[in-house]
Amino acid sequence: MSLDSSADSSADARLSVPLSSIGIGQTVTVREVRTGVHEAEGGDIGLRLLELGFVEGESLRVIAHGNPGNEPIAVRIGNTTFALRRFEADHVLVATAANAAMKP
Amino acid sequence: MNAVSGLRVALLGNPNCGKTALFNLLTGSRQKVANYAGVTVERKEGLFDTPNGKRIRILDLPGAYSLNAISQDETITRDVVLGTKEGEERPDLLICVTDATNLRLNLRLVVEAKRLGLPMVLALNMADVAQHRGVHIDVDLLERELGMPVVRTVAVRRGGADDLIGAIERHLSGRPLADFKWTAPDTADVTTTQREVRRIMTVAVREPANELRIDDALDRVVLHPLWGYVILALTLFMMFQAVFSWAQWPMDAINALVDAAGRLLSTWLPEGILQSLLVDGIIAGAGSVLVFLPQILILFLFILALEDSGYLPRAAFMLDRMMGAVGLSGRSFIPLLSSFACAVPGIMATRNIGNWRDRLTTIMIAPLTTCSARLPVYALIIGAFIPQRTILGVLNLQGIVLFALYVAGIVSAMAVAWVLKVAAGRNILHPLLMELPSYRWPNPRNLFIGLIERAKIFLTRVGTIILSLTILLWFLSSFPAPPPDATGPAIQYSVAGIIGRALETVLSPIGFNWQISIALVPGLAAREVAVGALGTVYALSAAGDDVAAQLKPMIAQTWSLATAYSLLAWFVFAPQCLSTLAIVRRETNSMRYPLIMAGYLFALAYLASFITYRIALALTGG
Repeated sequence: MSLDSSADSSADARLSVPLSSIGIGQTVTVREVRTGVHEAEGGDIGLRLLELGFVEGESLRVIAHGNPGNEPIAVRIGNTTFALRRFEADHVLVATAANAAMKP
Repeated sequence: MNAVSGLRVALLGNPNCGKTALFNLLTGSRQKVANYAGVTVERKEGLFDTPNGKRIRILDLPGAYSLNAISQDETITRDVVLGTKEGEERPDLLICVTDATNLRLNLRLVVEAKRLGLPMVLALNMADVAQHRGVHIDVDLLERELGMPVVRTVAVRRGGADDLIGAIERHLSGRPLADFKWTAPDTADVTTTQREVRRIMTVAVREPANELRIDDALDRVVLHPLWGYVILALTLFMMFQAVFSWAQWPMDAINALVDAAGRLLSTWLPEGILQSLLVDGIIAGAGSVLVFLPQILILFLFILALEDSGYLPRAAFMLDRMMGAVGLSGRSFIPLLSSFACAVPGIMATRNIGNWRDRLTTIMIAPLTTCSARLPVYALIIGAFIPQRTILGVLNLQGIVLFALYVAGIVSAMAVAWVLKVAAGRNILHPLLMELPSYRWPNPRNLFIGLIERAKIFLTRVGTIILSLTILLWFLSSFPAPPPDATGPAIQYSVAGIIGRALETVLSPIGFNWQISIALVPGLAAREVAVGALGTVYALSAAGDDVAAQLKPMIAQTWSLATAYSLLAWFVFAPQCLSTLAIVRRETNSMRYPLIMAGYLFALAYLASFITYRIALALTGG
């Protein structure tokens, strides 16, 4: 998995945005989960997100934002809702419906 | 195999899959709750009998999303199933418990655990809810795809585990374990496992498009930026209303009962050492333990019901950012709020905080919130020294001082949390990764078992410590007896009196006289005891509530204003409560943390009193 998407110039990467930038009620598709970025308290957050079902191609919906600062973020994936802090959500790159449709 | 063999099965599953409810259904009251050696993770083991009379030991493993552990709970679970946990035998059979309404998440751990080579049975728990929601699971196909027996269970219904017991009996044949070697998975491994899970889901499970319509509707209100906080405030208001008002009459009843028992014994026994030991030592000590019980039970009834219903994680979600400012998570809010009633239930409530560092910080700052036992002390000193004066037409000066004391507690709690956060390293990323489980009705059996468990822990583990320390304090305050020609009160000649006199040299720089110093020794048992002890030291004849009334003019005459302020500052910080230290020892499973807590709180108390005393002296020209 790429650790630095800004250096990646593929079309996919440009259409992908971090999950933390998605508004409430929006449904998006997982493009990529960045693993090996953050080790926090003995675990790789990206790897754990992958284990929890944040797998490429899965649909996500942002359910709610906490306050203040729109953090944490409540995300529905399948039949599970997870609360993520902003830096955790940034491990997940997603494509909005419009972007997903542009994908050949 | 022997009928009462040492057969061991273990329940493995994600958090929130109803694993503990299933454990409760299987074992009923035949369970033993303890801690895993050296850590604070709860170890729950129980017994159940199969219809053929086999007795089976069952272990309820801590909830885990993955064997690639990232928390204390998950590490324990991994080590037990791998057989590398010291002092734990590897289970003979794993029961993988899954939430049938959420197999997409739950099956991944099952597929991962399959590689361990242990015999396994898959329990599709909450099968009734899944069916109700229109989830169709082809059990035969699932068995074939996973290569293990699959049964449906309903943990909240009597007989809901009968199929599971049958399956355990059939498959617990003691067949040798396959060779295995577990290594932590990397990204490619996880991706492969997830692909396998999705393949199995496509083959064996049909789910309706959106089965969480009710959850969505509830979450739109519960997590709403305005209504969410209104609901949270109302819930908390009701909860603490209940803790104070419902608990009042059983607490009064316990106090009355203890008093009556004391009086009865006083009339039966001749006045003397034995009577004093029984009445002032043992009965008073037992009373001081029992009187906490109503508040603890009511608080936990709410906490368990809110956790079970799925609301508590959402409350934590709403408060996360606010608590995050000082490095805590939203999970710390309710334990801290509970500590305003009493730090003992507050610290017990920290069990709902999954992250160990968060939990420890919350425990450490809980005694700084102004608990109700400080009120008698505050009331005494404020009543004696702060004039009943109205400020700006509406504000009562005494009320302002009391409010300032509460604020001082909250601000210092936040400051200590912040210091601990900085000490841990400002740049450490603090993950949340919290599941907001589907809403469900709390199950009465689980609430009941949970409450009994808390009561047991409190009465046996904490009660015994508090009781023995209370008796020890009684000895210190009673021996040696005063000489026949004594002029002062008896306590002055006791060990406590001697300690108090010695303390005076340390405490006089913060303005405490020898009477205060002595009263602080028995006052270690509980803060409000200091009021009664002051009464004893000043040799007052009154008992109960009248002590404060008689003490007020006495101390108003003999103490300086600076001393009064200094003592108020002392009680904001000082850990004058053995029950709190006892519960910290129990909850952290070590002597280290209660000692650190006592040390830092006494240091803060001394510092705060010193500053207060010196400033007050300067201002009052003393």
